[in-house]
Amino acid sequence: MKKKQNMGEAITDALGTASNEELLKKERRANSAWSKLKRNKTAMVGLIIVCIMIFIAVFAPLLAPYDPTAISPLEAYARPGENGHILGCDHIGRDLLSRIIYGSRVSLLVAFGGTVVAGIIGVLLGLIAGYFGGIVDSIIMRIMDGMLSFPYILLAMVLMTVLGSSIFNVILAVGIGNIPSFARVVRGEVHIIKNEEYCNAARVIGVSNARMLFTHILPNTISPLIVYATLGIAGAIISEAALSFLGLGISEPTASWGSILQTGKFYLNTAPHIATYSGIFILITVLGFNLLGDGVRDVLDPKMKK
Amino acid sequence: MLKTILKRIVQCIPTLFIVVTFTFILTRAIPGNPAQTLLGPQATAEDIAAMEIKLGLDQPKWKQYIDYMGDVLHGDFGTSYMYNQPVLELIGQRIGPTLQITLTALIIALIIGVGVGMFSALHQYSAFDYIFMVLALVGVSMPIFWLGMMLVNFFSVNLGLLPVSGRGDIANGLWDVISHMILPCLCLCTIPMATFARITRSSMLEVIRSDSIKALRARGISERSVIFKHALKNALPPIITVLGLQLASCFTGAILTENIFSWPGLGTMIVNGINNRDYMLIQGMVLFFAMVFVVINLIVDLVYMVINPRVSYEGGGA
Repeated sequence: MKKKQNMGEAITDALGTASNEELLKKERRANSAWSKLKRNKTAMVGLIIVCIMIFIAVFAPLLAPYDPTAISPLEAYARPGENGHILGCDHIGRDLLSRIIYGSRVSLLVAFGGTVVAGIIGVLLGLIAGYFGGIVDSIIMRIMDGMLSFPYILLAMVLMTVLGSSIFNVILAVGIGNIPSFARVVRGEVHIIKNEEYCNAARVIGVSNARMLFTHILPNTISPLIVYATLGIAGAIISEAALSFLGLGISEPTASWGSILQTGKFYLNTAPHIATYSGIFILITVLGFNLLGDGVRDVLDPKMKK
Repeated sequence: MLKTILKRIVQCIPTLFIVVTFTFILTRAIPGNPAQTLLGPQATAEDIAAMEIKLGLDQPKWKQYIDYMGDVLHGDFGTSYMYNQPVLELIGQRIGPTLQITLTALIIALIIGVGVGMFSALHQYSAFDYIFMVLALVGVSMPIFWLGMMLVNFFSVNLGLLPVSGRGDIANGLWDVISHMILPCLCLCTIPMATFARITRSSMLEVIRSDSIKALRARGISERSVIFKHALKNALPPIITVLGLQLASCFTGAILTENIFSWPGLGTMIVNGINNRDYMLIQGMVLFFAMVFVVINLIVDLVYMVINPRVSYEGGGA
């Protein structure tokens, strides 16, 4: 009996090694996060949109046909297509397409910057609260609850009033409002991870708290964080636009999608194209980040699959 | 059960305390001197000093903080200088119009959103399912202030069908009121509707695949009864959670929507307050909004506990 079994193993071994390994490699490749994402069509559409927008923002000076701040009163309110202005001009004759292209820089900078600010502070607080627990946890999380109790846009509005308007301050205002959600996500994860077997093992060897947090726990919270950050950027783009729209964010003459939209609000009757096109850019970009975020979530966290 | 509910209610107290503290710190950090703003640019130094004493601004910060806490506990949210009226009174006057559009929008969103979500779940992978879900995703990504402007441009400027701004008057007939409400509500219900459709679809899909539903079908219970009586009931918890969140975000959305349509509600008032540096109004309204949020969250959690007894608030849940 035993002999037979050994023989069986020998046969698979002889047959296997080469082709088996090939198969195993193929399977591993197919199961990697990237190839799963590649198979998710909607996520790829999102990724392409995001890449195009980032490309536009990075190469704005090369892509913009005109200077975004060059005023030309004679061409004020030019319709799309008039005088070679593809998307027309605004109320003082600045080329709309160039303003939207340059505006993508500010809008994406604020969105990424705000999410990074929120991410760094939120993750730190979440790690500390989740890992140490007890009174530290209670204090941090109650403060986070308090911050979450403020309507997001209202908190950002008041912060802008306190800080005064500049790009950096918009980043801060958008970021601060997002801290509590990051902290909550990370804290929840840490709660689960810190009791895993490998963490206990690390503890037994006598690993320091800092090393434990940053080399053993933090890397394992990354998947929900990536999902959260991607969706957070989508929200931050809308927040910047909303703040600028209310006159509290980026102000003239700097172009951002929100500030162009605000200009468009005043000239809705005479030049509706100003508001129309800047809004379409916001919508498409936000849609891109949302598609990508949904796709990444499906790949990284199958439990949460919608 | 009762203990858990009480515990959840008690948890709100420190949150509210932090909310009041934040509001105090934030509004004190706004640059400029409230006494100066109140009296205008012509005020003399003596006048300003006298006003500072009257407002209690000459006191040390910790004393101001304690006084402020005391005032809030007594239900005194301060007096707006722009309107020269107690803030709470102003909120009382303005909350009606805001609730009028937020609640209408939310009800429309709930009915259509849940309907669409259920339809999509029951016809998964059909053409309608794809179309609805793409529309829902666009809806979730919609900058509503832009949508509002596009609606104004299309329905009011181009077609001349609907009024651009204001609230209308019941004296001019019911249509006047409704026609003024259509665009703001349409604008405000987009995101909640899309969210309801998405969450209902995913929750329904999970439920109709479950063994309990298969068992009901196997027993020969009519499809309509299976879907509406059993499946929908089990799919409700996530929808309830989202309902609470959306009610809260509708209030926020109202700030932007009211601004576009010059709707005389809380949203336009707070933007006015911020533009005119009306400290007391900002302070009072921020506090009010935050308290509403805390209460909504509390209600959502309580309802959730009742309809879904598996949820436990003991231990370390986030």
